[in-house]
Amino acid sequence: MERVAVIGVGQTKYETDKRETFHELVWEVANKALNDAGITVREIDNVVTISSDFWDGRTISTMAVSDTSGGYDKDITTVEGDGTFGVLYGMMRILSGSFGTTMVVAHHKGSESNMAGITNTSFDPLVERKLGLDAITSSALQARRYMTVSGGTEEQFALVSVKNHGNAMRNPFAQLPMDITVEDVMASEMLASPLKKLDCSPVSDGAAAVVLAAERSAKKMTTNKKRVWLNGVGHCTDAYRLGDRDLADTRALKKAAKKAYDMAGVTLDDIDVAEVYDAFSYMEPLWLEGLGFCEDGQGPEQIERGNFTLDSELPVNPSGGRLSANPVQVAGLAGVIECVLQCRGEAGRRQVRGAEVALAHGINGMCGQSHCVWILGK
Amino acid sequence: MADWKSEVEEVVFPGKICVPYSWTVGSTLSRWYVQLRDDGEIWANRCPSCGTVYVPPKIKCIKCYKDMNDWVKLPGTGTIETFTVVNKERPGLDPKKPPFVYAVIKMDGADTGMVHLIGGVEPEKVKVGMRVAPVLEKERDGHITDIKHFKPIA
Amino acid sequence: MGKRVGIVGVGQTHHASHRLDASGVEVIAEAVTRCLDDAQTTLDAVDAIIIGNMDHFENINYVDMWAVDGLGGCMKPVFKVTTGGTTGTTVGAAAYYSAASGMFDTVMAVGWEKNSESDTQAAIATCANPVLERDPFAGAIGPLATEYSMYMKAYGATEEDAAIVAARDRNNALNNPYAHNRMHVTVEDVMNSPMLSYPVKFLDMCPRSDGACAVIFAVEEKAKKMCDRPAWIHASVVRHDYTHFGDLEWQWMPTLERATLQAYKYAGITNPVKEFDVAELYQPCSTTGVKWLDSMWFCERGQGPKLIRSGATHMDGIIPINPSGGVVATNPIGATALIRVAEAAWQIMGRAGDRQIPNVKKALATGFGGCSWSDVFVLGADLP
Repeated sequence: MERVAVIGVGQTKYETDKRETFHELVWEVANKALNDAGITVREIDNVVTISSDFWDGRTISTMAVSDTSGGYDKDITTVEGDGTFGVLYGMMRILSGSFGTTMVVAHHKGSESNMAGITNTSFDPLVERKLGLDAITSSALQARRYMTVSGGTEEQFALVSVKNHGNAMRNPFAQLPMDITVEDVMASEMLASPLKKLDCSPVSDGAAAVVLAAERSAKKMTTNKKRVWLNGVGHCTDAYRLGDRDLADTRALKKAAKKAYDMAGVTLDDIDVAEVYDAFSYMEPLWLEGLGFCEDGQGPEQIERGNFTLDSELPVNPSGGRLSANPVQVAGLAGVIECVLQCRGEAGRRQVRGAEVALAHGINGMCGQSHCVWILGK
Repeated sequence: MADWKSEVEEVVFPGKICVPYSWTVGSTLSRWYVQLRDDGEIWANRCPSCGTVYVPPKIKCIKCYKDMNDWVKLPGTGTIETFTVVNKERPGLDPKKPPFVYAVIKMDGADTGMVHLIGGVEPEKVKVGMRVAPVLEKERDGHITDIKHFKPIA
Repeated sequence: MGKRVGIVGVGQTHHASHRLDASGVEVIAEAVTRCLDDAQTTLDAVDAIIIGNMDHFENINYVDMWAVDGLGGCMKPVFKVTTGGTTGTTVGAAAYYSAASGMFDTVMAVGWEKNSESDTQAAIATCANPVLERDPFAGAIGPLATEYSMYMKAYGATEEDAAIVAARDRNNALNNPYAHNRMHVTVEDVMNSPMLSYPVKFLDMCPRSDGACAVIFAVEEKAKKMCDRPAWIHASVVRHDYTHFGDLEWQWMPTLERATLQAYKYAGITNPVKEFDVAELYQPCSTTGVKWLDSMWFCERGQGPKLIRSGATHMDGIIPINPSGGVVATNPIGATALIRVAEAAWQIMGRAGDRQIPNVKKALATGFGGCSWSDVFVLGADLP
């Protein structure tokens, strides 16, 4: 199979309340990605936008960004969900032989929408929606289930928040760089037990873009230093209703991860750095179990041992993660970009020394119903 | 950045998408809601192939993709598998004034859980593993809220 | 390079204005079940699923997650793509590329909509830019009426030309058991139907339907095993150019022309009217069945009326258009464009029942969406 490379990346600084429209944010990152790749929009032959009619408040949300994404008069399409799934489709379009270079761009303005109201519409209008569930309350159910199964504690989860906000202090794009303690997290406002404000990701504005290229064109267009290869990917979806799943069971993620590892021909030991979907603090250890970095139920304890800090064997979320900026559709794509920067050695003060193989992870739906796992490499 | 941008009065249009919706409930859940509304009973359905019992009922088994024609009446009791005490108000969403409790309740006689409210108990006294039974509304209109909440039983 | 891909199975619901017997998930399950039956296979043989619809039509976020019970998608790879009216072809293209990429051997595309569950026009209106355009100019009928009145002035086309198309498609629908509106209609009936927005009348315009469609795409080696006559994908192309309504070209359809010509290039088509045996075209209003023909190079610029009046596009003509009855007979929006691909595939597979055109070797299917979104599929009986 031909390989596909990421040859250009661009992202905005993630912020609470941006004055630019999302149309303008997409313009900013599409240009940054093109400049990074050293190519012009003429060399882009197709575009995948990642947007959501709900968060944009607009039907056919692609239309809002089709020109600034570089999609005018091109083969343009839209994936609705996390950015990692957009990268997947962008890569498959190239592997099909129909396209050579794909612009994948995601945007999100949480400040213009109502997170609780929109995530409530993810629940079945025939059953659970009327009860008023949303992302935070359903995740709180998952967090408690995970504590029950693993024996993990709120303090252990708080350590994730401390670590990731601390990492964000080294990332100029992060929204919430913070030097905080476990006590700060524990003392923050209780939203839905066991989740406190500092266990939860913020509402964010921002955009991100990557330029993908087929091996044949990537080698012509860019220098070796810029190219980072998409070596493996897997995605898998679990059952819909929260009650149909054991919320502490990561079987869909396990299946997605295995596919990605097999495709890339890597084992866990090969992976140097990981961007794991931490929209809530408890998610990082839970997904680390699904990804195979911890035995089932061992995630919280390994966090406590400091296993995933920047100076550990496997740094997780050096960017600061979703806890430090969570522009929803962009979130996983920002993780992919962090992996690219790490593999290039361009991650500045958060650079993981010698990073050659990186893992990015995104989720769709409530409580991680669907997962997409990427392995990138130099 | 051009200077004029710092001088601009930033305008924001508030907006709301107002589209009316109706959702067809479909045969499977219609039957379930009518049983709940008229008889005050909670039913489940069972996969003819693998035997998994689902509540709320399924149109197809999620493991076997088989049609679900076997119906079983549940006692209604169950066990709290996980819960959360909602403290922070969410205007327009909260089914009652916080603090209140959501839970996934593993239903007796079924293989799945139901998400619902826990009532009749101080939120801080709710525990995983607590046995609960449904409290039904007297006036029922065929909705999930016909179950007012689940309350602890001995 | 990518793999060659063929369609090996198609399923659709019986479309109707209100499917009160079935929820959205049940409608999806119905199409999926019929598709698996048509392909004589089971879900085990489906490696991945792509789904699409339009969010504001049912007000369900993460439809790909909500739909897994109906899709049979639990513990399978699933994601959602969406555009607008083109969502069906967007889903089809995503399934096609997923298979052609070599990542998955068999991929199921599912498009669905329950238009009865919302106010479709109110939802469509939200596609317009909220700061500039949403208040003064939005919805589906107005822009379509505007473009045809310009075409009438430029080329002398008439309301009756459109009525001929409406009567053709609506009568074709009598041969399609899945069609939503099945009624015998004369050109006079169309002309006498209530004016919606000049020059578009009630019987010129598509309905809003409840329904779903599923199509299984398979890579060459699988397709040959699963189906004795797969419908091979020869081309899949998309063009889109909207920025603001005022920027659009209204007298012809530039995106349709560019998408079509690129698709013809990939598929080696030089004389579309002669080389295609049938076309299933996303024409949301009979006026577009006149106006857009030149953009597909079915005729010279402005000569659509002549081609329509010649009878060439009727069931016994040289290039029958919309044997299924097309979009004016059936329109579950997120499925509509996929139904075009599905009907074209069935024509090639010889499974189109009473609406079958004899010995179809090449078929054209299109998708249209607001605004000026054009998707084109070329399908063939022979390997590309």
